[in-house]
Amino acid sequence: MSDNKALGGKIITKPFIILAILAGIAGILLIKRFIFGIGAVTNLSDGYPWGMWIVYDVLIGTALGCGGYVMAILVYVMNKGQYHPLVRPAVLTSVFGYTLAGFSIFIDVGRYWQLYNVFLPWHANLNSIMFEVAFCVATYVLVLWIEFTPAFLEKFNKTKLLGFMNKILFVFIAIGVLLPTMHQSSLGTLMIIAGNKLSVLWQTAWLPLLFLISSILMGYAVVVFESLYSSIGFKRPLETPILSKIGKLMAWLVAIYLVFRFGDLIWRGELGTIFNDGWVNGTMFTVENLLFIIPMLLLFSKDKRSNAKVQFIAAVLLLLAGAVYRFDAFLVGFDPGQGWHYWPSASELLITLGIISMELMAYLAFVKWLPVLPNIKHSTS
Amino acid sequence: MSRQQIKQSLAENISNNFDAFGFSRRDFLKFCTAIAATMGLPFSMSKLVAKTIEDPTRPPVIWLHFQECTGCTETLLRATHPKVETLVLDLISLDYSETLSVAAGHQVEQALHDSMEKNKGKYIMVVEGSIPIKDDGIYCKIAGKTAIESVQEVGANCAAAIAIGSCSSWGGVQSTFSNPTGATPLHKILTDKPIVNIPGCPPSPYNFLSTVLYYLTLGKLPELDDKGRPKFGYGRLIHEHCERRPHFDAGRFAEQFGDEGHREGYCLYKLGCKGPETYANCPSILFGDVGSNSWPVGTGHPCFGCVEEGVGFTKHVHEQSEVKTFTPGSIYPDIHFEKEGGITAAGATVTAAAVAAGAKLVSDTAKKIGEKSQDSSTKA
Repeated sequence: MSDNKALGGKIITKPFIILAILAGIAGILLIKRFIFGIGAVTNLSDGYPWGMWIVYDVLIGTALGCGGYVMAILVYVMNKGQYHPLVRPAVLTSVFGYTLAGFSIFIDVGRYWQLYNVFLPWHANLNSIMFEVAFCVATYVLVLWIEFTPAFLEKFNKTKLLGFMNKILFVFIAIGVLLPTMHQSSLGTLMIIAGNKLSVLWQTAWLPLLFLISSILMGYAVVVFESLYSSIGFKRPLETPILSKIGKLMAWLVAIYLVFRFGDLIWRGELGTIFNDGWVNGTMFTVENLLFIIPMLLLFSKDKRSNAKVQFIAAVLLLLAGAVYRFDAFLVGFDPGQGWHYWPSASELLITLGIISMELMAYLAFVKWLPVLPNIKHSTS
Repeated sequence: MSRQQIKQSLAENISNNFDAFGFSRRDFLKFCTAIAATMGLPFSMSKLVAKTIEDPTRPPVIWLHFQECTGCTETLLRATHPKVETLVLDLISLDYSETLSVAAGHQVEQALHDSMEKNKGKYIMVVEGSIPIKDDGIYCKIAGKTAIESVQEVGANCAAAIAIGSCSSWGGVQSTFSNPTGATPLHKILTDKPIVNIPGCPPSPYNFLSTVLYYLTLGKLPELDDKGRPKFGYGRLIHEHCERRPHFDAGRFAEQFGDEGHREGYCLYKLGCKGPETYANCPSILFGDVGSNSWPVGTGHPCFGCVEEGVGFTKHVHEQSEVKTFTPGSIYPDIHFEKEGGITAAGATVTAAAVAAGAKLVSDTAKKIGEKSQDSSTKA
């Protein structure tokens, strides 16, 4: 009946307990944050109002949550049915990635009790990028949960309702492809507003496109990472041939990304800035782009990308590349003026780690409890 | 028809003849309002200004040139909107001017004498240029008379005198060391008449026109400062209305021509700008009616103080000026303070631990994947 099957097995395991401890620490710190305010737990300031929580939890979190988006493009837009088994686990990571990004915004916003105004149409400022991102992300969280409902319905054998859902699901899948295209690019637009506070190495009118392409890349990288990690963690067979095809797709995407990234720098005549924008910016720029170039070279080679280990390394490097790019464009290359410094405080980092832990715990629980991962017969065929 | 007759007939109803000047009634009233504004008069005065300009009985003006370059006349000719110079020259009923008179030689001398006779005690004498006094004033002679003699003759029966330009106001460029001709300003030769000084090299034509119209409108001279300059034009330092003043106060200076500060439009004080010790309205009314920045500082050149005696043509161009208002502070409070939010031991520890754990996880997984793919390939 389905491509997917629940793994079963014990939910409370040793890794689960370690993650629960981290989540618990974060929980305590969050209580502190809600009683004493953001200043009590973070190093955020007027110079750096966006720190770890926005850059990791929201920007990188949602980019990691792009798995569902990119698999939907591949399977439903490009009509490549062979990848269908990978859709549901990808949607699940998206569900958690986005839900927790929304939760992080709730933590990060100073006056969180005002957030509901985003959903009141008469308060909507349609010219605001921030509004676009907030509204789009919130809507997409809802859409993702709807996209994921078949897993619940299969679990509880609601066949009739499942049939109905499968009929109307295409609407939500279509919205689910549209929304990330909008807000993943808008997340880049946010930094265009920073003007010359952002180093010319990152400040460009192409930011929205670069953010969109890199989020798609990270989406595919997550799908590959997750497939390989599940193979080890849950002792499942490797899905090497299908991942190899995704690998080739990723290599081309990186190539397109780099054409825009470097083409823009050359066009603006700012390529030399790599060497005269301070050693931190220069080094981070180099690291960021090597993280894109190395996996691209690995994945362009047919031999290498058929190797599961190379697939895994390339996926990790690309996830790091997208993450470093976001850190660079929002924090490293950002200079709000003399005297401002930012490095996340321990509590800030522990809250982020706690949120990641919650995400992983929920994922572990869901794949064991609900039909998420590909049915083994299908994936090995 | 003589020139005088033409003017008379035009003056009879000037407002009915605007078309002949290519000038509408509306343009005319706008001009009057602008003049009233330059003089600092209320808006209601513009009607009075218009009435005065239309009045056919206007005191004539006798314009004398001595040691000068005619730049003041030139600036007046380029005063404002098209054709207005025609209006202005008719307005002030210019009976004698060595630059602008059509007649020459004995004919023009005759016109001068006729006007002086006819308008005895009513005409305005305008003097452009300094008057040489060394060696009995032999360095400047017109019609066989020295400049001193001309001033004494024409000045004896004038209603008032206007010294236009720095030369006649305080001596100008000819009076600088060693002053070989003994160049002397008008007010030192003609001591018993009201004299208005309109210094500048050249002065703004509007300071001159406004002074004349003020006199014609209200029958008296505008309020003057201790140097005989109308306060409406010379009451404030250039420095006070300069568009670059905020840079001065903030300590942002162009250090040399073409440097970054110069290109950014910073204050020109360190390049020798004399704005801080020169009283004139240049930054407010500009030159040439071509819009913003059309004055020396606006174009990036320091003011050289042409208006001010003892500054223009006296101090070196790049000599630092004596600031008459407030000198810039040598120390500024630091607006950048080091703020908290940098890396701490705890932050670094958590970061390092997270990175280490992540790296270990990745390397372990990669190793396991490697082993597993090895297994599956050997099995196959």
